[in-house]
Amino acid sequence: MVAPALKMSGVTKRFGPVLANDRVDLQVAPGTIHGIIGENGAGKSTLVSILYGFHAADEGEIEITGRPVTIRDSADAIGHGVGMVHQHFMLVPNFTVLENVMLGAEGGLLLKSGRAAARAELDRLARDYGLEVDPDAIVEELPVGLQQRVEILKALRRGAQILILDEPTGVLTPAETERFFDILRNLRAQGVTILLITHKLQEIIAVTDDVTVLRGGRVVGRRATAETTRDELAELMVGAKTPAIVNRGQESQGEAVISAENLTWRDLRGVARLEDVSLTLRAGEILGLAGVSGNGQSELLDVLSGVSPVQEGRIRVGAREITRTASANPAEMRRLGVGHVPEDRHRCGLVLGFEARANAVLGYHNGPNAGPGLFLSLRAMERHCTALIKRFDVRPGAPRLRAGGFSGGNQQKLVIGREIEAEPKAMLIGQPTRGVDIGGIAAIHAEILARRAAGCAILLVSVELEEIFALSDRIAVINDGRIVGETPRRDADVKTIGLMMAGVSRNAPEAAA
Amino acid sequence: MTRLPGWVEYGVLPLINLLMAFTVAGLVVALIGEDPFAALAVMINGAFVYEGGIGYTLYYATNFIFTGLAVAVAFQAKLFNIGGEGQAYLGGLGALLVCLAMDAWAPGLLVIPLAILGAALFGAAWAMIPGWLQAYRGSHVVITTIMFNFIAAGLMVGLLSGALMRGGQSNPESRPIAEAARLPFVHDVLGALGIEAAQSPLNLAFPVALLACVVVWVLIWRTRWGFALRTMGESEPAARYAGINVPRMIVTAMALSGALAGLMAINTLLGAQGKVTVNFPAGFGFTGIAVALMGRSHPVGVLMAALLFGALYQGGAELDFEFKTITREMVLLIQGLIILFSGALAFMFVPWLTRLVERT
Repeated sequence: MVAPALKMSGVTKRFGPVLANDRVDLQVAPGTIHGIIGENGAGKSTLVSILYGFHAADEGEIEITGRPVTIRDSADAIGHGVGMVHQHFMLVPNFTVLENVMLGAEGGLLLKSGRAAARAELDRLARDYGLEVDPDAIVEELPVGLQQRVEILKALRRGAQILILDEPTGVLTPAETERFFDILRNLRAQGVTILLITHKLQEIIAVTDDVTVLRGGRVVGRRATAETTRDELAELMVGAKTPAIVNRGQESQGEAVISAENLTWRDLRGVARLEDVSLTLRAGEILGLAGVSGNGQSELLDVLSGVSPVQEGRIRVGAREITRTASANPAEMRRLGVGHVPEDRHRCGLVLGFEARANAVLGYHNGPNAGPGLFLSLRAMERHCTALIKRFDVRPGAPRLRAGGFSGGNQQKLVIGREIEAEPKAMLIGQPTRGVDIGGIAAIHAEILARRAAGCAILLVSVELEEIFALSDRIAVINDGRIVGETPRRDADVKTIGLMMAGVSRNAPEAAA
Repeated sequence: MTRLPGWVEYGVLPLINLLMAFTVAGLVVALIGEDPFAALAVMINGAFVYEGGIGYTLYYATNFIFTGLAVAVAFQAKLFNIGGEGQAYLGGLGALLVCLAMDAWAPGLLVIPLAILGAALFGAAWAMIPGWLQAYRGSHVVITTIMFNFIAAGLMVGLLSGALMRGGQSNPESRPIAEAARLPFVHDVLGALGIEAAQSPLNLAFPVALLACVVVWVLIWRTRWGFALRTMGESEPAARYAGINVPRMIVTAMALSGALAGLMAINTLLGAQGKVTVNFPAGFGFTGIAVALMGRSHPVGVLMAALLFGALYQGGAELDFEFKTITREMVLLIQGLIILFSGALAFMFVPWLTRLVERT
């Protein structure tokens, strides 16, 4: 029998009292695609960090092609033929593809010879693996899918025989994801062993040969992909059946709570991030805004919530009309009954250094929840936060714990809970479940649906198509700052929406070919 | 990483840092051939025991409280106000103008509060300009406040040797203000109460400084405005999301910071000296940065650090007096070491302490 490309046995890693990996055994056959799946916090990232030398394991052995190895840092990992593509790319945005690929392996004092060698090398890799990228293109000007390709090329050039991909599809469109899977299959055909870290079941089913399921730092299942099902894997991941949300959507006849008319918004460089965007949110419905991230969703949320000023066009909230000259800041928008769950809870939605009770009044600190009188009352804040924690099942239920000490899902519950507690008439919700584990996702989705039932008008912005489909009553698609289509949920299908997200309906010669 | 318990982080850690600073300073003293323990004894005696020593210590501490609070408030908003020196200087101008205009005819009970207000307002105005420039024009306050120190110095030298110069004298200083407009000395107040106290420049600016600590604490930690200020200091995007007007907050935070620095002037003008002299802030504005750093930008910490620096300042003067080989620069060295260990290297012993705490 051939020695496994990678074998980890009894790997244990503790962070203080937390057992991140508990006697994990992993065996990956050479030339296969092996999936590692688990919820957030299941220990996936820790495991690959150990493999790539970011952390040292407390116990356990690693063997690569049958030989025991010690991996102290990433240089060791690379030396043993392990390459890694991070979730957030580690590329120098204003360097060319070639320069990025050379980085760290420039070869000699002067760049010239190294550059020629790297160029030849890139050519060969492109031929062997079907990974064509223009070596002289500036990385930041490339679409995300190609940037990812550059990351893979970087790893391959360093002689990677085992490629670790950490949540690789989070930033890709459905079409890009398909192409990406083709690349993986191609690499496998060339004998590369691939370790795919993900929390998306459909990816495991679509592309892997074998799968290892982690939960709470332990291996809870090993399956040949062909012999398992999504349901079984999901059950293993969460340890219990998750109720699937079946949603057909219902069109609301409710009144328009907030509407945007012909919004155009330009950034500091004068680039139009939003062009002529018009949307209406009705009471008691969820409008899902689908789109690949970076197509104007963030700007739309910012303008609608008052974080960025209106430049052209108008927003109507009830009788109030917001324009460039009659602007409204986020405090006024809140008074008008518009709640906002920001896309980036770490940067905007929470002050990580503040206690939960202070975060529970962030944005509402001028209101009664922060204290009845002129001064802040810590006791009132704590009472409010305790109620919020109870109602939205935030764990741990400690109002004095700093926000940074909560897990992603509980942070998000804190933010969403805070906005819901204010009983808004409309809610702008950005990426509600980004970085949230499955249990948390279910709870958050339930809260959003409960708001709809209570008659709230909701704009749901998400890059997770599944989420859009699970919750929306209507679906709008944004591409390059424009709304390229809008359809009732029951008439929508994933393929059409996916194509619209990729901009195919308008002008995309690439995907048409 | 586990967090240290409060009493370790705010009690044990600063003590260790101080101990390190004094140990290294002691080594230097030993190196130049003096007995470090004798030197320490002189310092302690000078600062607390000798006649009037404690008065001087508290007098200097008053300066440090005001300038330390000024920097601390700005730190809470993540603004680095290093213009305390210039703001204190201008604060002197504000208080002086009130006194010059009114002390001939108005009673002290009217002049003194207005002069205090004048000091705060001028200091605030002088800090608001850099604040405005950062908020609306993107010029960093670190650069502009440094520059404003120079401008303040130039302006004040010009005024004190020109329009505001005392007639018939050749010193660049203002005329003395009327006795009634001055804050009473503490030894006089105590004397009136029948308590014998040694003469010192300590005056009623000290209780004003203590009051400022309380006011700052309430403002920053117990008002909605303070909540907004701290939110901005922790995360500007979060502040914008929360509907806080960030540019306006930058300007008002700088104004409060400048007002506190400006108040330092009352300790000298209304208190000890009774007049404005050239360069009366004498570096206290700058040392306020160290006080705020050591005090972890909290009023209680600032108060403690100000007392320590006051004692060092006074004890150091005594050291200079007693030892031939030890000069004033030695005190600067000790101050520097304290800043190094409790500011720049404040967290040097944290990993070690964490391990210690975890083991128990």
